[in-house]
Amino acid sequence: MIFFVDLIAATLRNATPLVYGTVGETYSERSGVLNLGIEGTMYAGAFAGFAAAWATGSPLVGLATAIVVGLAAGAIMALLTVTLGANQHVSGIGLTIGLIGLSEFVNRLIFQGGDLQRIEPMSTLNPFGGLGEIGALFDQYALTWIAFLLVVPVAWWILQRSSFGLEIRAVGENPEAADAAGVNVTRTRYLALMIGGSLMAVGGAFITLALLGSFTLDIIAGRGWVCVALVIFGRWRIGRGVIGALLFSLIFSLQFRLRILPEFSALPFELLLALPYLVVIAALALSGRNVAYPGAYLKPYRRS
Amino acid sequence: MTATSPALELRGITKRFGDLVANDGVDFDVRGGEVHALLGENGAGKTTVMRIAYGLTQADAGEVLVHGQRIDLRSPRDAIAAGIGMVTQHFALVAPMTVAENLALGRATGLRLDLDDARRRVADAADRFGMRVDPAARVENLSVGQQQRVEILKALSRDCRVLILDEPTAVLVPGEVDALFATLRSLVADGLAVVFISHKLAEVRAISDRVSVLRRGRLVATVDGDTNERELASMMVGRPSFGVERPSDAGPELREPVLRISDLHAAGSHGLEALASVTLDVGAGEIVGVAGVSGNGQTELVDVLSGMRAPSSGSIVVGDTDLTGADPTRMMAAGIGRIPEDRHASLVGDLSVAYNLVLERLDDFRAGGRIDGRRIREHAVALIERFDIRAGPDDPVASLSGGNIQKVLLARVLSRDPRVVVVSQPTRGLDIGATEYVRSQLLERRAAGAAILLVSEDLDELLALADRLVVLYEGRIVGEMPTTGVDVDRLGMLMAGRGEAA
Repeated sequence: MIFFVDLIAATLRNATPLVYGTVGETYSERSGVLNLGIEGTMYAGAFAGFAAAWATGSPLVGLATAIVVGLAAGAIMALLTVTLGANQHVSGIGLTIGLIGLSEFVNRLIFQGGDLQRIEPMSTLNPFGGLGEIGALFDQYALTWIAFLLVVPVAWWILQRSSFGLEIRAVGENPEAADAAGVNVTRTRYLALMIGGSLMAVGGAFITLALLGSFTLDIIAGRGWVCVALVIFGRWRIGRGVIGALLFSLIFSLQFRLRILPEFSALPFELLLALPYLVVIAALALSGRNVAYPGAYLKPYRRS
Repeated sequence: MTATSPALELRGITKRFGDLVANDGVDFDVRGGEVHALLGENGAGKTTVMRIAYGLTQADAGEVLVHGQRIDLRSPRDAIAAGIGMVTQHFALVAPMTVAENLALGRATGLRLDLDDARRRVADAADRFGMRVDPAARVENLSVGQQQRVEILKALSRDCRVLILDEPTAVLVPGEVDALFATLRSLVADGLAVVFISHKLAEVRAISDRVSVLRRGRLVATVDGDTNERELASMMVGRPSFGVERPSDAGPELREPVLRISDLHAAGSHGLEALASVTLDVGAGEIVGVAGVSGNGQTELVDVLSGMRAPSSGSIVVGDTDLTGADPTRMMAAGIGRIPEDRHASLVGDLSVAYNLVLERLDDFRAGGRIDGRRIREHAVALIERFDIRAGPDDPVASLSGGNIQKVLLARVLSRDPRVVVVSQPTRGLDIGATEYVRSQLLERRAAGAAILLVSEDLDELLALADRLVVLYEGRIVGEMPTTGVDVDRLGMLMAGRGEAA
């Protein structure tokens, strides 16, 4: 029983950065822009959030800093792909490399490569602590609660039910039509990318501010790329993307727990570590056929 | 009509694209309660000038006035605010979204998405103008005619007082054209100003109060809507056009069938049956026209006949050779020449005219394992001369105009004297000169005894060239008739899938 409660609790915790990243990437891609800057944006969010929290002693200042960094990263991506019409793959990968490099550079400047610095991580909320064993399920960070109870439903509502969401989907499907209907394609894509960027950065900051309370190199470890895969797995739907994030996180959390069991000691741990990624590949291969990409995916819009 | 200032007025509109002058000082105006047609050939600058009026293109010079007030158009948003609506040739609809969502797009302020308002407007338009469409339907599931209705509704729901329609009938079958015209008449009676862009004389005369003719970016004249066709045509092309028509002799009475298709079935791209029980003979010296709204199996029929798509059953015989399921090489060897609708996909744009001309028969131009460049060039020079291609043998095909690209394709196919010619949309997008040339070449092949299967969405073209018509609807031949004395209304009903109701 303890095993399962603990497993589910860990699943929710580990899924949190993926949920922020996946929702953020969904916004970018529904507007027609593949944002491969996600890995770097999460990285920069993780670092900037930590550095600001360390300098001020306030995790909330750290979180705010991460949001600002994410907005800026989204704006840079928009400048490259929307205003300048540059290739989205190259722009995104360039942004990731640039942001990781910049974060590590500033990390050296501030912390001089000395001892690992720590902050007091954000504490967990546990409104159902009185429930005993089951209550441990709800012993989660505020950012996890916010992710599942606020960000996911609100992001879904805006995308599917609001006029702004309709505009995002329209510029991603058929920017000519949106333009002819009087929608400002450039502004809509900028906003979608900036909202997406801020969510990605919060996802990264969750790891340093809440999960670890410290910043180490390679802290994102490919989670951004996983989010890109989860968006496709989710067929650009927020709900399905979140389910994908939970699934990935479940296997990720499970293999950690299996590794310490004696029954699995003979298995090389690298194999278990690779398990969630293998599942993602298999899931994409099975569900990724015949997916309908957003109509204007990867295409810059230019009025003729 | 009235003494008030026009609903929309354009003064001295000039627009250049590089060296090309698309519009040269064009003046145009339209008043409330009238249909003003803008007539001209492809490339005359009709669409460009109206895109400028709708803010989709920026003019280099000239001004736009709405009710006498000069307005600054930087985007369609400004045009919409000024009461101008436009239905572009490629519909500006978001296909995976519903009708209501498409209507709501761009008009909302803030976050609130008012789909009820969109539904009310659809119902209102149905009451006032008889335009019926389901607001909950996804646009991608609607017919082209219905999509056009959604586009008009979209403009009306923005309270437009000027409605610009760019080639609205190009995609419609005859019955739908009548419905559109009825709608336009009731809109005009309601005081709307309508700009009707077209190159079809009969339609322009049927609907317009006034006609402005554009030629090579310049306004030739603005005349009354009842000006006769010959006069309009000569203004449009700058010379009287006689058209190219099949000689009325009807050829030899007993035509020996050369291409025999029987009970042909084939699957489409999505696995659904695209062709069902197609049986058709084409005789020597005969042109058989395939009429139908696009997407009813025409593409698949041409693909099967050129070996690009395997039939699931049935047979294709040319002369005495059974070609069922043969690959393109065998099809060509048996004497089938194909001129597909996507001419760009049939040529390699980066390769020269000379190489494109021999792509289908490289084996004939080999010299001991090497390609004989000199002979290829000589061959090209001869064909360029014979088919009047305005290009050099070494020019890359991509640098040619549409008409010359089509001539390259024609030259490649027809120079081999094919017994059967399968040709699809041969004049789509070509100007009158090139169109006449292409049609005369097809008629020349007919005179030389080739069996020609002509697929076209242009009814005028089918009626001018074909001896006999078959109508494809949902992959089946739903009607067959001689072209002489054809009943166009019945043809339209067949194309719309209403064969039995007629």
